[in-house]
Amino acid sequence: MTEKPKFAMYWAASCGGCEIAVLNIHEKILDVDANFDVVFWPVAMDAKYKDVEAMEDGSILLTLFNGGIRNDENEHIAKLLRKKSKILVAFGSCANEGCIPGLANLSDSREIVHTAFNTISTDNPHEIYPMTSYDVPEGEIHIPKILPVLKTLDQVVDVDYYMPGCPPESHQIAAVIDLVVDVLHGKAELPPKGTVIGAGNSTVCDECKRTRNVKTIKSFQRIWGVAPDPSLCLLEQGIPCNGPATRSGCNARCPTAGAQCIGCYGPAEGVADYGARLISAFASVIDAKDPQEIDRILDGLVDPTGQFYRFNLAGSLLKAAVPAWKAESTHEKEKA
Amino acid sequence: MTDSFEPTIIGFTCNWCSYRAADLAGTARIKYPPNVRLIRLMCSGRLDPTFVFKALANGADGVIITGCHPGECHYIEQNYKALRRFHLMKRTLQGLGLEPGRVKLIWASAAEGAKFASEITAFVEEIRALGPLHWGKNGSAPSPTVEAVQEKVEVPA
Repeated sequence: MTEKPKFAMYWAASCGGCEIAVLNIHEKILDVDANFDVVFWPVAMDAKYKDVEAMEDGSILLTLFNGGIRNDENEHIAKLLRKKSKILVAFGSCANEGCIPGLANLSDSREIVHTAFNTISTDNPHEIYPMTSYDVPEGEIHIPKILPVLKTLDQVVDVDYYMPGCPPESHQIAAVIDLVVDVLHGKAELPPKGTVIGAGNSTVCDECKRTRNVKTIKSFQRIWGVAPDPSLCLLEQGIPCNGPATRSGCNARCPTAGAQCIGCYGPAEGVADYGARLISAFASVIDAKDPQEIDRILDGLVDPTGQFYRFNLAGSLLKAAVPAWKAESTHEKEKA
Repeated sequence: MTDSFEPTIIGFTCNWCSYRAADLAGTARIKYPPNVRLIRLMCSGRLDPTFVFKALANGADGVIITGCHPGECHYIEQNYKALRRFHLMKRTLQGLGLEPGRVKLIWASAAEGAKFASEITAFVEEIRALGPLHWGKNGSAPSPTVEAVQEKVEVPA
């Protein structure tokens, strides 16, 4: 019996939704099993890092890597899997652009630890914090160290393909698996390196069925405060919809259901900075010429940084906010 | 904030008013500090916020955007679009912890060479007072092209 090609999937700083999306392809998962030998997939089966370390370089054919690089363990495994894999796919928004965990780049990482361990959410009168290393009779044990700035996968290692989405839509995952299986059987060719797979090349607006008129707005609305017209463009109704800058591929799910696009498929083709593109789009629909009037309208957009970088902060041009960069600078000095 | 700090400033001008103002400042031999690198666009409405973010990410200490006075745009009202973008961009950048004074918008007509020069002079001093930005300098290594560009930037005497 010839050996099946090897498959791995890993989660770094992510929520696990990507793994659920993979399982959500239903019986297609049997194709994965029929064509691949799953060698490493922490969420689905038991495996040790040392097993991966013992593998020959390049012996895993396909690795789907989801999650951002939040701590030194993530970084280590990213580098390890890069070495062991022929094809490394940045799978899902976190690995592509940081996603929700990337929003931590707005703050100092020490503040994040403090918030997690010693604020209203946690009763911690003795101010007990986790230690990154501890001596036990058997030796020293470690827990991973948090990095001051969360990085995307391709900021740490070379990436072959990008598959966006939070999580990637199951029909898109199924299509990619079909493609890979076809490639294995010599029926198709792999796309060029660096291609975005399992998504469209246009914007969510292009897939959205709502009618767009060239209409400008006098105020922004929050989605819970209004009952939007079901057939009209949401942005034209003053609802901050991220469709104009977001990559297509989801069939405009949220706007179709009556909610604004929040941008989980990341920047559309040719968009260098997701937030910058949205600033242009939003500024174009505002109907005002007077600075005070403009400010009054913009006050309705409660958190522009969060609105524009909810998924894309770590992957944007500026990558992180000043507090995170300051923490990074301290971190570098401590290392030196 | 040492005495030797010379701010690197990227300035965007529009073809019809503010670039002419800069030109006029030149022909009239009005002096202003050489810290600003001017980039001519056809219109301030062409200013994609990406340009500003890229300038800041790649080592600029400040960005000045210039255009025709309100109501005098060569393309009727695109400078109002620039104004709206500027307001929204500033709010977004503030959310990222940037001092509001690092990005500025001024209007200058083709006849206002002296005003243009004095605005640039004032902005250079404002940025000098704020100190170097060094956005993400200690972060992940910038791409090789960015580094190459930064090396080429000469520090004015």
